[in-house]
Amino acid sequence: MTDVLPTGERRQLAPPVTERGALGWIRKNLFSSWANGITTVVLLVAVVWFLQGFLNWAVFTATFTAPNGQACRGHGACWALIHEKYRYIFFGSFPYQQHWRPLLAILTMLAMLISSADRRMWNSRLIWIWTIGSFVTFLLMFGVLSFPISLFLFVALAVGGLGLILRGVIADPVELNAYRALLAIGAIGLVLRVLGVMPAWSLTIAPFDYVETGLWGGLPVTMILATYGLVFAFPYGVLLALGRRSKLPLIKGLCVGFIELIRGVPLISLLIMASVMLPLFLPQGTTIDKFLRALVAVILFAGAYIAEIIRGGLQSLPKGQFEAADAMALNYPQKTILVILPQALRVVIPPLINTFIGFFKDTSLVLIIGIFDFLNTANQALVDPNWAGFPAEVYIFAAFVYFLFCFSMSRYSKYLEVELNKGTRR
Amino acid sequence: MATNSVIELKGVNKWYGQFHVLSDINLDVKEGEKIVVCGPSGSGKSTLIRCINRLEEHQQGDIVVHGVALTNDVKNIEAIRREVGMVFQSFNLFPHLTILDNLTLAPIWVKKMPKKEAEEIAMGLLKRVRIPEQAAKYPGQLSGGQQQRVAIARALCMRPKIMLFDEPTSALDPEMVKEVLDVMVELAKEGMTMICVTHEMGFARAVADRVIFMDRGEIVEQNEPEEFFAHPKNERTKTFLGQILHHG
Repeated sequence: MTDVLPTGERRQLAPPVTERGALGWIRKNLFSSWANGITTVVLLVAVVWFLQGFLNWAVFTATFTAPNGQACRGHGACWALIHEKYRYIFFGSFPYQQHWRPLLAILTMLAMLISSADRRMWNSRLIWIWTIGSFVTFLLMFGVLSFPISLFLFVALAVGGLGLILRGVIADPVELNAYRALLAIGAIGLVLRVLGVMPAWSLTIAPFDYVETGLWGGLPVTMILATYGLVFAFPYGVLLALGRRSKLPLIKGLCVGFIELIRGVPLISLLIMASVMLPLFLPQGTTIDKFLRALVAVILFAGAYIAEIIRGGLQSLPKGQFEAADAMALNYPQKTILVILPQALRVVIPPLINTFIGFFKDTSLVLIIGIFDFLNTANQALVDPNWAGFPAEVYIFAAFVYFLFCFSMSRYSKYLEVELNKGTRR
Repeated sequence: MATNSVIELKGVNKWYGQFHVLSDINLDVKEGEKIVVCGPSGSGKSTLIRCINRLEEHQQGDIVVHGVALTNDVKNIEAIRREVGMVFQSFNLFPHLTILDNLTLAPIWVKKMPKKEAEEIAMGLLKRVRIPEQAAKYPGQLSGGQQQRVAIARALCMRPKIMLFDEPTSALDPEMVKEVLDVMVELAKEGMTMICVTHEMGFARAVADRVIFMDRGEIVEQNEPEEFFAHPKNERTKTFLGQILHHG
């Protein structure tokens, strides 16, 4: 028997009742067999039992205000402790009267991070957001900022150089001459400065009282270490990854050596080295800020990990992509920036964000060199004898704040994957 | 037809380790000439055309393209690549860029062409390969045949003097082969210098000035298509043609 459907007509039947609606979903997903039904019931009972116990402790019998720890005893959770200590947990030893400064710094950084998360902002606006945001953040934290002339010269050199490399082909002559001028001013100025011909001028802005990094603590420290650590580690990791795939044996060797060396040691040992050993190599009298040393250690460490992740992305690209770019006469920087990296980075977003989340939490290791980040200030809050004996509350509070950050990053990773794959089915 | 050579290969040799992949290749391509290269797999035909734009490096002999000698000098390599367009078996479109951006990338960055001008040229070429309506889409949204036509347009966007085709229809579903070949035939009729590695013998008969048969890294036989298919001289050519033509 041949059965030919009439043209232009397709048989459309509704799905069976058991597949439809909430009841259908429950039946299909939770009670599809005896074993599944029992599992569902057992797990439900366990969850209800746990939640009931937890809520009882954390909400119903909890103490929210109390003059001291003694008044909390015998009841549930002692949230009064958090109420008492939250300013220390968030801001550490920062002068108490000035706590609005780290608070504003945190908000500035959050605004900066959130606004640069939006794909529509990924253009030259990003440079302004980060320049102004970073300036405000550090001005609030330090209170006094001083910019040496060498910094301006270095920025001129970098802008000129990058401009020539990135826009060399498409810029008009006026723009090109501006880059050349910046490059020349930067280079000559730096040489003169190193030779000592140019005096050590600096520009100082001092709207608030100076607060040294030794007094910083809490959430701003965690956020600054993680944000700036990763912001600098990222381009550095990209360069390492590209270097590792270089055909020039010297560059390749250096990059491989560096990556393997850094990956082979724990972050703690790197922090101790930066803190204890680095000053031994420096000439007497020169000191580098402890906070800066920790930041450099984090950058070096994260860079090596990021490099390996990005290398995975580079290796996942088909050889044809490189060949197509070569065949159309793109040079190495153009090929890398326009064709290879956009694709390679897209592939590695999930592991990259995973590393970012890891480093956000790993910054707590800076305790080892005497810097108090968020987890460490929380820990310190437990030392007060008036409030002894409530570690669970403090750690749950700290965990909650960490979770807010890490979960946001995780969701953002999901959004990025979807956003970047719009229209490109592969 | 003009008589000046645009591609000259003299005594070209290449080895992959111990394997002699190109042995003593001599080839002279005149301006406007269309050459079809065929041969069994592993015969070195792809390697041959990939040497012309330095996707592969030859180890002995001279290759001169448009008067520029192919050496290790990056300047020379880039000069040659500007004049030579290439179409790959697997299309190799850039999946993160729209069709239009795929086409304008090289003109803007390599030829310093203003974006607007590049886009006009690109749209003109997309019309020529009959898919202007796909300009804003991404490669992943197109069929294989459409992607390959975009790849041809992308290569043409650089206004090349020579086009190399590396098995352009081998990765396509059968019903899409024709739409790509049609574009290639048109291109040939407009006088483009073309070297095409392909097993599409219908295409060879229709447009080729010369058919080259390669086996084991050597050019075994070359002739005008009529003569080549009707009276192959070498035994190896006869065997090969017997294998690919016996289905008619």
